[in-house]
Order: sequence, then structure tokens, then C-alpha cells
Amino acid sequence: MADTPTPEEMLRISLDPGPAGPADAAPVFRKGTYSYGAPLKHQVYLDLPNQRQWQPHDADWQLPEDWKTRILDGMAQLLKKHRSFRLFLDTCVRCGACADKCQYFIGSGDPKNMPVRRAELLRSVYRRYFTVAGRLLGRLAGARDLTEPVLREWFYYFYQCSECRRCSVYCPYGIDTCEITMMARELLNLVGCNIQWVVEPASNCFRTGNHLGIPPHALKETLEFAVDEVKDLTGIHVDLSLNRKGAEVLFVAPSADFFASPHWYTLLGYLVLFHEIGLDYTWSAYASEGGNFGLFHSSDLAKRLNAKIYAEARRLGVKWILGGECGHMWRVLHQYMDTFNGPASFLEEPVSPMTGTHFTNARSTRMVHITEFTADLIRHGRITLDPSRNDGWRTTFHDSCNPARAVGLFEEPRYILKHVCNAFFEMPENTIREKTFCCGSGAGLGADENMETRLRGGFPRANAVRHVKEAHNVNLVACMCAIDKASLPPLFEYWVPGVEVAGVHELVGNALVMAGETRSTTLRGEPLPQGKGSDDVH
Amino acid sequence: MGEVAAALLAVLVLASMPALGVGLLRGHLLFGVIVPWAAMAVFIWGFLFKVIGWLASPVPFPITTVAGQQRSLPWIKAQPLESPSTRGAVLGRMALEILLFRSLARNDRIELKRAEKLVYGSSRYLWLGALMFHWSLFFILFRHLRFFTQPVFPGVAAIEYVDGAFKVNLHALFATDVLAALGLIYLFARRLFSPQVRAISLPADYFSLFLIIAVVATGILMRQGFYVDVFKAKELAMGLATFHPALPRGIGTLFYVHLFLASVLFAYFPFSKLMHGPGVFLSPTRNLRNDSRARRHANPWDHPVKVHTYEEWEDEFRTAMKGAGMPVEKE
Repeated sequence: MADTPTPEEMLRISLDPGPAGPADAAPVFRKGTYSYGAPLKHQVYLDLPNQRQWQPHDADWQLPEDWKTRILDGMAQLLKKHRSFRLFLDTCVRCGACADKCQYFIGSGDPKNMPVRRAELLRSVYRRYFTVAGRLLGRLAGARDLTEPVLREWFYYFYQCSECRRCSVYCPYGIDTCEITMMARELLNLVGCNIQWVVEPASNCFRTGNHLGIPPHALKETLEFAVDEVKDLTGIHVDLSLNRKGAEVLFVAPSADFFASPHWYTLLGYLVLFHEIGLDYTWSAYASEGGNFGLFHSSDLAKRLNAKIYAEARRLGVKWILGGECGHMWRVLHQYMDTFNGPASFLEEPVSPMTGTHFTNARSTRMVHITEFTADLIRHGRITLDPSRNDGWRTTFHDSCNPARAVGLFEEPRYILKHVCNAFFEMPENTIREKTFCCGSGAGLGADENMETRLRGGFPRANAVRHVKEAHNVNLVACMCAIDKASLPPLFEYWVPGVEVAGVHELVGNALVMAGETRSTTLRGEPLPQGKGSDDVH
Repeated sequence: MGEVAAALLAVLVLASMPALGVGLLRGHLLFGVIVPWAAMAVFIWGFLFKVIGWLASPVPFPITTVAGQQRSLPWIKAQPLESPSTRGAVLGRMALEILLFRSLARNDRIELKRAEKLVYGSSRYLWLGALMFHWSLFFILFRHLRFFTQPVFPGVAAIEYVDGAFKVNLHALFATDVLAALGLIYLFARRLFSPQVRAISLPADYFSLFLIIAVVATGILMRQGFYVDVFKAKELAMGLATFHPALPRGIGTLFYVHLFLASVLFAYFPFSKLMHGPGVFLSPTRNLRNDSRARRHANPWDHPVKVHTYEEWEDEFRTAMKGAGMPVEKE
């Protein structure tokens, strides 16, 4: 981050695009703002089109001869396959309600990051080739030719959208820029314009079962290490179950939980919780990834990666599937999995073995979100919690885009947090729940080389955190998304130092009173706070 | 400024065509019958073509935009109008969206203040302006049934009575006319003076606005000062509606300008962003239930994809797995 501008420099921007509006020109691929191209090896592994070693800042993008035809044919195909695409291209009235709702616009002031302008990048080409007015009137009808500068512009701006769907909440016609971005990325993929941070994890996942590329034996070692750590922290030996046939539940989490920090503490949280309630569950090494970077590439690749979860559930003979804390993973599981790879008739309707609760909202996919599961445990008094163990934290909750706007998981995590933390404070209402801001790194944007874009996109979230830090001395942001856990720490270090990030189940793991435990530290190994905390839950 | 001027010029040219055509060239048949009929034919054909085109593309995935608490555990209060899990709740959500512009009512405004502070403010003017304009337009169109039905369509007289309670020089000044005009002026001013909206506006956006403003303005003028013969106007309109064209002379040129601009608006409608009206009914982020884990959504073009099977995966890692003491399918 040596070249990254300071916060003061970063905010020398204006949200007033000026009377002329943005110039219609190819973007400059300035260091820090864009992601690197996909490595050849992974393009080959996934059989992607137009394989070559390539970078966005190259003068020659080595496009295939017929690139224009490929894109226009692809567009015709997508228009036939997705009503959303056709409708969202046709119905926008440019009312501007979305203009200042995108975190990338708010953080950059770049007019083409206004959702409506982002969509116009594609819409203008649609008009030119697919509408009467655009064919006849050209620029006067807002149409433009598909040229290589236009393609570069697509690449630049459709990889500056995190598919968070915040704009879609505000649009009077429900136009969802995420759909537009997904289609644009499908089209870019047809001519081999992809980014490393999407294609490499997807390729890893296809081969090994997870984005990080952890092979099964290494995964086992990692989990054994976690078991040892739980023993050190709590004095309790938890059983490890991996690829075990006949378990009642298959547990799938994002693979970042196996290695990254602070994800690791959430993993410890899962382990102590499942041990304490005696859940009969197994991890899988083949389906060791809940996240799905295929979603940021194409619906086909998303389906290819997602197939492993049901296939593994069937092979292991489990009754139902429990899913860990992850954002876009839950977009796929909630809105795509059943359609992609269902019906899951070989599973049973999920029932909590501890409380007997039928998760009727998951009766078809047969996959339950961990906060639904844990909230139900707490509601039925099946676990003993000592929230004062989290008194070192003054906590707020960041709604992750997809659990919020794809699933509607608002109260489940809050119910849990209010039972495991004594000091809980909400951020301003324009920045939470369905109006939540993205961390700035979703949809494959979490690389290092595009840090400036990430910091700009994360600015509105960080700013809301700063508000609760100043008002309530908040020092912890709880969340339930692996990308949040990876991207929020550097984001806060930059914009609002002194605030840390934790998964909901890390806090559950801290507060959980276990039979026979000897605990003097939190799951992070920090001494438990002394004495009882205040009761100021808000 | 170029877009605004071009759009304004286009509407002025359009308005001058019937003024000259009827006023000087006696083109009553063309402007009184042929153009309106042709416009209506284009409208119906274009409208159906577009909507059928939309319907022809399936909705492969349940992409509901969820804006409230899902229905999950029985003790958690769900928000069915923001996250509908039943058909009835979808109807409620759609009704709020279509009749009251629910999403627009959420609108807020963000400002970047000094000292790196983002400030949020409520911004309901767009919602208010849009509601005012659209509802007024609805009542104006409804009132126009007086010209196309005999006996007059039920309810029209009642609406006219309430709507026209204000009188100027003994002539009714319809409240909806005034509100529609105010709404249009607001929408235009916003496009001109809000820097963000200005930056995203296309010539077509100004053109639609000017065209509708011109239709409404000529409509108002015919009742305020530039009177036309309303009875003859109805005779012509009834002729159009019943396919027995009548061309009474002496209605007044302004009527033909109004009729022509309205005809252009109808003919233009299916090829423009004005199709947002029918479009909102079909919007998959709004009209689908949020129940995709409870009920499977089928994709009509679903096709098999190349997957990495468990067997292929175990083949690659079997030796290492056995070394680590992990269970395998094939020894």
C-alpha cells in the first residue's frame, strides 16, 4: 500500500460531475485502481475462451479476430436467456435515484461509477445494435458503436462494481446493476477478459474443492491444528470429523475460515459450538468451499463449482446441510443452488436435532444458515452464554450485502449478538440492513493491486463505523462474510484505526459456557475481561 | 445544453406541423384521422411487440431484491411487504411499488462534508414530484374518456366535478392539469439543475419531457383563453373511436396541435423509456417471492455443465489422503 494516497488526498473528489458529464473515452488503467488479468494456467484449467497471458495495462489485448461478433452474438443470447437483462436495458428512465447510492461513486466521484452510468456503458451498445431508434438515430438516441475503447471501459468499470445490489433497493423499477454487471462479465469472458482474483480461486476450487487450493490432507492438518488450539484455549478436546459418511449434517464454510485472520477465530467458534451441543456433523474436503467465485464470472462456472455441495451431501448420506458465515456464498445457496443443481430430494427437510425446530424456509434446498441455527438454539435455551466474556468489545454489526439483500437475514445475527455481547450499537440507519454498504471488495475485487479502488469503495462503510466509534467508542465490527473479514481490517486501518473485525460465531464461541471448560482467554488468546460489563444494549 | 436545445427544437417542429398542416393546408383528414389512427396502430403493435419480447425471455433465477427481514423462524417478525414469501405478499409489494412508488420513497441524499464526513439527508422530492405527475396523468387520461364514449363512461363526470372545482373565468381549471404541469416542471428543473441528473440525461429524456409538457400545455390552453369547440372535438374523437371518421370544421387549430402531439407521444411510447410503465410489472427483482430455499425455481434453459466429480478429485489426491488417514472410496 506504499503508493496509496492518504485519506485527505483520496477525498479530494466531488460528487458533482459538472454540467458536461463524463467524457466518453477509454479509461486509463492507473495502478491501484484495477485488477490483474487471469493467469494463463487457470484459464486453461477452466477451459476459458481466448486463452493467453494478458494484462489490462497491455497495449494489445490480444483479442480474437471476431471479438465484436462474439460479444454481439453473446449479447443476443443473454437477451434471450434473461428477462432481467432485456427489461433492465429497456426501462431505465435515468431518474438518478441510484446515482449517489453506489459506494464506488461516493468514494471516487467518478461519474461512470453511478449505477445508471455504469449500466449506460452497456445500454448504449445495446441501443446501437438491438433497438430501432439506436440503429436509426445513433448518438442522438444514446447509442454508440462497440469499439475496443468501449470494451476496455466495460472491463474497467464492470470490475469496479461489487454486485452488492444496493442501487437495486432504491430503483423504482427494481433495476439491478448486479445483473447488468454479471451480463457484462459474461460478455467480457467470451473474449477472454477476466481477472486473476476471480479466475484463480475458481480454478483452485474446481480442482481442490476450495478457493485457496488447499488439498485434502492439508485441510485435515489445518482442522487438527484448530482442534489443538481449542484444547489449549478451553481445555476441551473437540472431535474432528472430515469426509465422514453417515453424519447427520454436512457443514460447509468459506475456505478462508481455514487459514485467514480473523476468520480463524470464527472457525474455532464453530468447533466449540458444535461440540457443546453435540451436533453430529462432518466437514468435507471435496466440498470445502461455500463461497463461489464462479458467480463473479458466469452462471455456468458458478454452477460447476456449486455442484460439489449437493454431490458431496449425497455421497456422504447426510440429512441436510448447514452453511457457515459467508456473503456471496449465501447469494448462491439461497437464490441459485436449488435451480443450478437441485432438486435435493435425496436430503431431508432440515430439523434442528437440539430443538426439534423445522427450518421450513429451507425445506427445498435443505441448507440452513448458521445464524438461523444458532438463533434457534439461543431462543430455546439450549446453550449457556456469558456475554461478559465479550466485554472487551463494544460491538456494531455490518450487514453483508448478500445475506442482507439476497436473503433478508437481519434479525437472526442481531438476536445472537445481543445475547453474546453486552455492548451493541447500530450504525446509522442509512447504512445498515437493506441499505447496507459493501466492504468495497466483493465480487472478486479483493485483490492487492486494486487497493485504491477497494479503499474508495469501502469509504462509506468505514465512515459509518467512524460515526459509532466516535459516538459509542465502538471497537469491533461483527460481520458474517469471509470477504468482509479479509477486507474490513485493512479498510478500517486506513480510514478508522482502532476498530477490529470479528465473525458472529467468534463472539458466540467466546460467550459459550462449555461443560468442563477451563478458560482464561478469548478465542484470540486474549485475557477474558474482569468483572461484569455494562448492560447497555441498544 | 445541446441535448436540451435539440429536444426542444424537435418538439417545436412537431408542433408546427399540424399548425401549418391544418391552419394553412387544410390537412384535416391527415391530422384529424390518419395520423391518430396510425399512431394508435403503432402504439398497440409496438407495445405488444415489446412486452411479448420481454415475456419471451425467461426468468432463469429467483433474483428478488430483498429489502426486509425474511420469513425464517416463527418468532422472528418477517416483513412480507419488503421480503414477500407468499403470492399475496408479492401483490402487496407490487401494489406499493406501482401505486405509491415505494422504492423511490426510500430515496436519500448523500453529501461529502469536510473532515471526511458523509452526511445523509432524506430526499423525498423526486418521489413526491413523480407521484404528483403520474397520478395526475392517470386522472387526466381518465377524464378524456368523455370524448371517446357515449354515454360517457361511468365516473368521468364525478371525477370532473371534483377535479374541476376551481374555476377561472367560469372555466374549470382542473387540479390534475395544474399538478401534472407542476410535476413536469419539477422533473425538468431537476434534470437541468441537479448536477448528477444532468450528467446522466440523454436527449431522449428531454424529448419525452418536452413532448408531454407540450401535450399538457395545449390541453390546458384549450380551456383557458384559446378555446376550441369542445362539442366538435368530441364529434371527431367519437369518429376515431367508432371507426366512423367525422371531420367537423371549425374546432380550432390548437386542437389539432394537441391531437398530433398526443399521437406522436403514443407512437413514440413503445420505443422509448416510457415503457417503464409496463416494465415495472415484470421486474423480477420485485415480482418474485423471497422463498427460493423453500420452493425450487426452475430454469427453462438449464443445461449440463462440466463438473469436477468426486471420483476425479479422489483420483488426484488418493495417495495423499490415504497417507493422512482419510477415508477413500477406492483403495
